[in-house]
Amino acid sequence: MISRVRLMQPGQFFQQSSRAGGPQSPPADQPFLSISVTDPVKLGNGVQSYISYRVSTKTNMQEYRGSEKIVIRRYSDFVWLHDRLVEKHKGLFIPPLPEKSAVEKFRFSAEFIEVRRRALDVFLNRIASHPQLRSSEDLKNFLQADEEVWAMEKARLLEGSIFKKKPTDLMQMFKEVQTKVTDVVLGKDKPLEESDPQYEKMKHYVDDLEDHLSEAQKQSFRLVKRQRELGQGLADFGKAVKALGDCEGGSLGKAFSELGGQSDLLSVKLQLQAQDLLMNFEEPIKEYVRIIQSIKAVMVDRAQAYRLQKDLSEACKLKELNLEKMRLVRPDKVGESEVDVREVSFFSFGSHERFNFFGDPMKVQSEEARARFQQIVRLMDQEMERFQEEKTKDLGAILQDFARTQAQLAADTADAWRSLLPELDKCTQEDMQTLNSSP
Amino acid sequence: MMGSEDDEAQQARLFTSTDAMESLVLDQSPHPFLSNSDYRSAMSGSTALDESHHPLSSPRHDSSQKSFKDSYRKSFQDSSNSSSSRKSFREADLVEPPSYADAIFTPYMGEASSVNGNGREVGNSSSSSLQSFPVYSDTLIITVTQPQKSQESGGSIVPGGSSYVTYLITTRTNIPEYRGTDFNVRRRFRDVVTLGDRLADAYRGYFIPPRPDKSIVESQVMQKAEFIEQRRVALEKYLSRLAAHPVLRRSNELRLFLQFQGKLPLTPTTDMASRMLDGAVNLPRQLFGESSTVVPPQEASQPAKGGRDLVRLFKELKQSVTNDWGGVKPAVFEEDKAFLEKKEKLQDLEKQLGDASQQAEILVKAQQDVGEVMGELGLAFIKIAKFETEEMGTNPQRIHANDAKRIGTAAVKASRFYREANAQSVKHLDQLHEYLGLMQALHAAYADRSNALLTVQTLMTDLQANNLKVEKLNVAASKFFGVDKNRNRKIEELKEAVKVNEEARDCAQQEYDRIKERNRTELERFEKDRRRDFLNMIRGFVMTQVGYAEKIANVWTKVGEEASNGLSGKSLEASSSGSSTPN
Repeated sequence: MISRVRLMQPGQFFQQSSRAGGPQSPPADQPFLSISVTDPVKLGNGVQSYISYRVSTKTNMQEYRGSEKIVIRRYSDFVWLHDRLVEKHKGLFIPPLPEKSAVEKFRFSAEFIEVRRRALDVFLNRIASHPQLRSSEDLKNFLQADEEVWAMEKARLLEGSIFKKKPTDLMQMFKEVQTKVTDVVLGKDKPLEESDPQYEKMKHYVDDLEDHLSEAQKQSFRLVKRQRELGQGLADFGKAVKALGDCEGGSLGKAFSELGGQSDLLSVKLQLQAQDLLMNFEEPIKEYVRIIQSIKAVMVDRAQAYRLQKDLSEACKLKELNLEKMRLVRPDKVGESEVDVREVSFFSFGSHERFNFFGDPMKVQSEEARARFQQIVRLMDQEMERFQEEKTKDLGAILQDFARTQAQLAADTADAWRSLLPELDKCTQEDMQTLNSSP
Repeated sequence: MMGSEDDEAQQARLFTSTDAMESLVLDQSPHPFLSNSDYRSAMSGSTALDESHHPLSSPRHDSSQKSFKDSYRKSFQDSSNSSSSRKSFREADLVEPPSYADAIFTPYMGEASSVNGNGREVGNSSSSSLQSFPVYSDTLIITVTQPQKSQESGGSIVPGGSSYVTYLITTRTNIPEYRGTDFNVRRRFRDVVTLGDRLADAYRGYFIPPRPDKSIVESQVMQKAEFIEQRRVALEKYLSRLAAHPVLRRSNELRLFLQFQGKLPLTPTTDMASRMLDGAVNLPRQLFGESSTVVPPQEASQPAKGGRDLVRLFKELKQSVTNDWGGVKPAVFEEDKAFLEKKEKLQDLEKQLGDASQQAEILVKAQQDVGEVMGELGLAFIKIAKFETEEMGTNPQRIHANDAKRIGTAAVKASRFYREANAQSVKHLDQLHEYLGLMQALHAAYADRSNALLTVQTLMTDLQANNLKVEKLNVAASKFFGVDKNRNRKIEELKEAVKVNEEARDCAQQEYDRIKERNRTELERFEKDRRRDFLNMIRGFVMTQVGYAEKIANVWTKVGEEASNGLSGKSLEASSSGSSTPN
């Protein structure tokens, strides 16, 4: 049943955005990265069973070894990729994954697998069409690493778990800072938050949008359900009417049989359409709700970055103040011991490199935190713009498609019922003839 | 017994005229006509139609037949618009409509308002079912309105007394027996029960439409407006069905019910208990020979279950047992094989009808649900559109808002059509429920037949027994010399009894034959009506579905056109006009 459902290519809407040319073959000079997730296969047994997917990549980008590659990945691999991207690209809206589910996993219904497969396909293609994310090293590894390499890589990273913790130096600094800043911070009840009015507006917008889209998703899910029920109702009605026709016999019986027959046919159409509605309308809307949730995650990151840079800058100021006080009170004591000069080693934001130099570590950290925060702000603005464009395009296509399929369904319904009418006319005439001929 | 003598003659007359009318009616293929009327009433909403909905959408009013016929024949004075309506109908019939949507939704003007004098007070179209009625040469229109609470008048020790509801029964007719054209009476439900029972007594063998249920509920529920309204509707339906029955509509019982002012002059049905009590009082007399144990002839044509004659009851019971278990076929038995076959078929029909009726209900509800959720989905998108235009207001948002609004409005429109389609479908499919209800009437009619047969059989058994006694006594008498005064007297008495018995048996036989004949003609009528009504139902239902599906398709196609005509054509990328064109 699922294979017969019309497939609106999940990636089709953003493939168009990444290329100006037609969907067939892009001009050779345009960088192009197209991914598809297919062939879910159940592996393992019992509680440890899982689904593996085939991930096929076609590209002309230099960074990739060769133009085509196929690898096998499972859901947890996708999760890994997603989490890495979130860690490394603060401020960017990372495309969302389909829901994890502890329960349904064990049931592995065909519908569930198909829904997940499509969502994973969409996930990868969204990354591939994102101007910054598409060049991610992690993406490259995900798409290209052979199974053994992949397994090793994952193991190594898990052990080191560097990406799980913040850079250790920064952590240390932060702890030092905390004690000095505590009294300042504790004086306030509210945690430090941005007071940018534009940003406030954006936050409210995102919140409300989530509510609206959730509502739309809820209703579309109910529509799917009720269409299925209607399909079932038509099937049962058709059966009962046919039985009634058998009982009646004659031209009336034939009329009933025809009615029942059409009812059956329509029931099948409706069930198919309900499936289509689920895959191509309800699920994409659901995905957008998840996208909004990923935006909210970025907002959390932003708030954290804001707080961090605020705290550090406060600590710096405090330190300066103390230094000044000392200078005034005990000018002679001010010396090398107070001026904090140490070898500082830290991650440079943006290039992810460690390097060392001599300087006031706290000042450096503070600067860095500020830079990080500002970058998030900048990226968010860009991302928001891009999000609006993508949303309009994607949802526009989805809505158009919805209208088209509804029109098709209604037209098919009309045709099906209409085809009965000549039959019915015949039956009425036959009936009249028997009437007139009987004494 | 009322109405039995010239019954058959009347029936015969009625049927021939009805047949002629019906064939004429069917010639002109009334179906678009039917659909038109109903959709018009649907379009204007389901309640309180100002232009007074078409009579065909209200149940079982003979007025509907009247205007119906008026479209075909000019011979009736009432309709002033007959010619115009006839013409417009003809045109609609001749020209094949381009789409059923158009044909169905062109308002059918004309005959409705002036012809049907019922106006606003006609029962809600939402409660009615579509039916094409047998056409009669005279009219009988009944409406039930204005429920009112009344108190049971005093004389009772209990203060306050119980309250009950009366309904205003309005009749308009030109049947000569009524000697008048318009009547208004107030009746309570109890009166309706009495009417139903008296008809059942007097018209054994006919398919008498089942009356609305009594309800064993609290007086609280009785008072509730909804319940009263339901009952009012049910009463109107019931009376209209009676008015549509070729024989019952001429009955005195109905006439008295409809026109006699004041207390209903029909014998109220005493409850079973008091009847049994009466019977019990009589029983000792019967047993001691003071009261006759032979059923008098006039009572022989009545069912024994009246309860008053207990001895007769017991005898008939014994007879039925003998029939079932005795192994000896009674002298008269149900020999009509065709009848027995028919009966089986009818049982099958009843079962299938029940199934179909049930599934129809489920189907209708499912359609309703789809319509509802489509509306809510539409609203969600309209809200999104509003939201996006208010907040932030970037260009993509504006475009998106347009998209969402278009789809949302279309969905809301479609939802309305779904629901209208449903309301119509309900009216058509209601026929299944109607006929299912009518099966009750069939059961009752066949029960009448079995009872009458049982009476005949019992009386014959009695007769046999009595004759045997006479023989025995005669034989005994011949063996003795001399005259036994006692014995002779007994023989005379017995001979008398035998005579009465024979008369009674003849009466009962006549009654049985009469009932058999009524069964037969009623069955024919039932079959014919059923076939016609079901064909109409199917056709009406299908046309509804077609019409509304077309409308819904239009709504969605227009949305697609609007989009490709450029509203969302100004997209963000020059090349992606393709993304919004539906293909």
